[in-house]
Amino acid sequence: MAAITLTINDKQVSAEDSQTVLNVAQEQGIPIPTLCHLEGVYDVGACRLCLVEVAGVNKLLPACTTKAAEGMVVRTESERLRKYRRMTLELLFAERNHVCAICVANGNCELQTMACNQGMDHVRYDYCFPKWDMDLTHERFGMDHNRCILCTRCVRVCWHIEGAGTKNVAGRGARSHIITDMFQPWGTAESCTSCGKCVMACPTGALFERGSTTAEMQRDRTKLEFIVTAREKKQWIA
Amino acid sequence: MDRLKVATIWFGGCSGCHMSFLDLDEFLIDLADKIEIVFSPVVDAKEYPENVDVCLIEGALCNEENLEWLHKIRKRTKAIVAFGDCAVTGNVPTMRNALGLNNDVNVLDRAYRECADHNAGIPNEAGIVPTLLKRVVPIQEAVHVDLFLPGCPPPADRIKSLLVQVLEGKSPVLEGADLKFG
Amino acid sequence: MDLSELTQIKERELAARKKYTLRCCMAAGCVSSNSEAVKQELEKAVVEAGLQDQVEVRGVGCMRLCCEGPLVQADPSGMLFEQVDPEAAKSIIQTLKGGKAKARVGDANAPFFKKQKSIVLANSGIVDPERIESYIAADGYHALYHVLREMERSEVVEEIVASGLRGRGGAGFPTGLKWGTVAKSAGSRKFVVCNADEGDPGAFMDRSVLESDPHSVLEGMAIAAYAVGAEQGFIYVRAEYPLAIERLKNAIKQAKAKGLLGAGIFESPFNFTVDIRIGAGAFVCGEETALMMSIEGRRGTPRPRPPFPAESGLWGCPTLINNVETFANVAPIIRNGAQWFAGIGTEKSKGTKVFALAGKIQNTGLIEVPMGTPLRTIVEEMGGGAPDGGRIKAVQTGGPSGGCIPADSLDTPVDYESLGKLGSIMGSGGMIVMDQTTNMVDVARFFMEFCMDESCGKCIPCRAGTVQMHHLLTKIMEGKGTARDLQKLEELCDMVRSTSLCGLGQTAPNPTLSTLRFFRHEYEQRLQPDTFGPRGNGKPARATPSA
Repeated sequence: MAAITLTINDKQVSAEDSQTVLNVAQEQGIPIPTLCHLEGVYDVGACRLCLVEVAGVNKLLPACTTKAAEGMVVRTESERLRKYRRMTLELLFAERNHVCAICVANGNCELQTMACNQGMDHVRYDYCFPKWDMDLTHERFGMDHNRCILCTRCVRVCWHIEGAGTKNVAGRGARSHIITDMFQPWGTAESCTSCGKCVMACPTGALFERGSTTAEMQRDRTKLEFIVTAREKKQWIA
Repeated sequence: MDRLKVATIWFGGCSGCHMSFLDLDEFLIDLADKIEIVFSPVVDAKEYPENVDVCLIEGALCNEENLEWLHKIRKRTKAIVAFGDCAVTGNVPTMRNALGLNNDVNVLDRAYRECADHNAGIPNEAGIVPTLLKRVVPIQEAVHVDLFLPGCPPPADRIKSLLVQVLEGKSPVLEGADLKFG
Repeated sequence: MDLSELTQIKERELAARKKYTLRCCMAAGCVSSNSEAVKQELEKAVVEAGLQDQVEVRGVGCMRLCCEGPLVQADPSGMLFEQVDPEAAKSIIQTLKGGKAKARVGDANAPFFKKQKSIVLANSGIVDPERIESYIAADGYHALYHVLREMERSEVVEEIVASGLRGRGGAGFPTGLKWGTVAKSAGSRKFVVCNADEGDPGAFMDRSVLESDPHSVLEGMAIAAYAVGAEQGFIYVRAEYPLAIERLKNAIKQAKAKGLLGAGIFESPFNFTVDIRIGAGAFVCGEETALMMSIEGRRGTPRPRPPFPAESGLWGCPTLINNVETFANVAPIIRNGAQWFAGIGTEKSKGTKVFALAGKIQNTGLIEVPMGTPLRTIVEEMGGGAPDGGRIKAVQTGGPSGGCIPADSLDTPVDYESLGKLGSIMGSGGMIVMDQTTNMVDVARFFMEFCMDESCGKCIPCRAGTVQMHHLLTKIMEGKGTARDLQKLEELCDMVRSTSLCGLGQTAPNPTLSTLRFFRHEYEQRLQPDTFGPRGNGKPARATPSA
């Protein structure tokens, strides 16, 4: 590990060369929007909201998977980035059936908050209104595919923190969806330990505790952080 | 003083946005000096007048009548405000869209035949009962919308914030706490 | 196996050649029009005529002019028989003795054949793809011997660098540079992967190479493995190519039996094994990082690069991934020297390129031409232009990642840079010709539908953006779109291109962008006037206090 210096938004910052650009920016209090990143599990670079401009690179790079490097010049805000971020959010809202008003996560939803922060006051694209079901077969948790943004946080916490490997993605393109075990009802998925980490990780109202109604679903990420800190830093700090 | 001509209308929605408007309480009294409500469910006007300055539209586009009114309003209004989530996103009324194609028929079947205790039958008096659109859509899928005020309903203080900016002659910008769906 | 054995096999094979050879195409195109029966009938007819000692009936790979299959060609006369019916077999045998064939005789000297320059396809239509001896007789595996016994690893890389060979999968990355990176990457385990997941609509070059000359790909992979220090190779073939898979399996078995794959090849310390991995039908698995995920047994979705496979590929090990055609170029380069190869083609694009010529064109089939050949030569001279007196309107290259080149740019030389300048790409070699009846908005919509269906769903711009772009294209196509829709479409094209995770999404807007560039009027004439009413200025006019 070596110390390096890079520039983010005209500000010189120091970092370690093992850190990602997102990591460094967060440490410095520079906000970069992201929906698929979750502290403690590996990054997939899927939501494309954390794309940043790096001098000398003609493509936009995802901050979550791009390693900080000596002398790197990063820009996290620009007209172009703001435009793309807003479009990305609009595409997400048009893709499935996000009805904030009746959602368990209303007020605690990362997608909803992100849209407001990015100034998305309406969606310019035609809504798709696909037909997606809910899975309410699990005794404690439910999954509403209408609200899923396919960030795969649930899949990653299930495989890499809990180690159960219950959640996965099936199908492709717009028909991609989260499944449990071999595409069977959650309640019958034998590998599921009912640990609830997926529910804690979900950024929207797609995964929820049964019985919670509109705006009641709150995520407790501290448990995830506790496990990851314990595992990686050998520190048992709650 | 020449007061601002304001209209409000209620399409496919629950009227919650209008209720929220009434929640402006004593500010309504201040408003009365500055605006004139020329058309609204809360005033007794049958015809939408010409040269309206601002129209707050609550609700999604659900039937032919909504669409007809919307086009008329667009022609006669300087600035259209999509008032609340139903107008901005379609919100709850759009939930029938996911029932599949021809859901205008499906939804009526469900409501007036399957769930009917007696007198089952879909009301279809021509010229009286407007035909449902195949798909419920937010208003910006049909006309230019000038301002978006999301919320279900938008709380009174957000409505106030928008109206104050309009009255001050600004192009209202909603951000931070003034911008939230749901 | 050593050199003398190799030479022996070659000599035995050549000595066994008969006075006449009837080469019968056994590639998928001709097989689908019953060439297996043709071959059987030819063999029967030879026996019936008592000519077993004089005539060899040989099943060979693709003979190029697929639209006229089944094809049979006679040696040494060079007579080409087209659309051969099994019943015509007897009469074809009689032509060897001056008889008249009851099959159409094609012109083997037509520009379609004469303008070709064969490196990759040199053995295609000549050697029997099911017999390794046939490949060895055509100097097969000699390059591997030379490399293993007479060259340093670094010399092999230098040779490929000097040849100027660039990746034939589409992007045109310098092959030698890639080999050099893998060779230099630290790691005791390395892999070589052959990408045979050819998925572009209308493209069948790689399939033909695998069906016609599988050993050339194996030899190229073995040479690459030696150069970069790998001992394990994978060929990732799509399941839709059963014949290619069959021939590859057979070729690997034969090469193993002859000691040309396995341990201590040519009595050198070099070991190399090749396994086949069969794709389950996802187009995105042609993208190298998704392909590697699939080989590892995981869901085939791409991951961000860097790290590039050359540093961290299969199971985190340095991995060399090249396309079928790239590997097929390797042995000829080693045999004939880098200078020979560099002497063919243009300054920046060396060698030849195989194209699958399809669409509204007289001669559908496989062609191999030197880089820099003008498109006009390909479609008009070789392809014979549009059928039924039609007029060529555009040529599509690069499949769903490419673009449409309008007829007035037909003098463009085919090379990586020139096609790029026109907003298209070389691509893997699919070339679809369109005539004046083609609706360009529909073409754009077709390719967008393809990308939408084939998007893996991992990143939002590609997954949801292609859906919206397809919706807008459909709207415009059906005459329901407005200028606003066209503007939204263009914005989305830019956004999806700039923000998608992998090549599939980044290039998905290309067919739309290129048709918009050259055929914008076709979009505009379909637009409807906006019924959205006047656009407000977001500001009620009388809002300024007037009193």
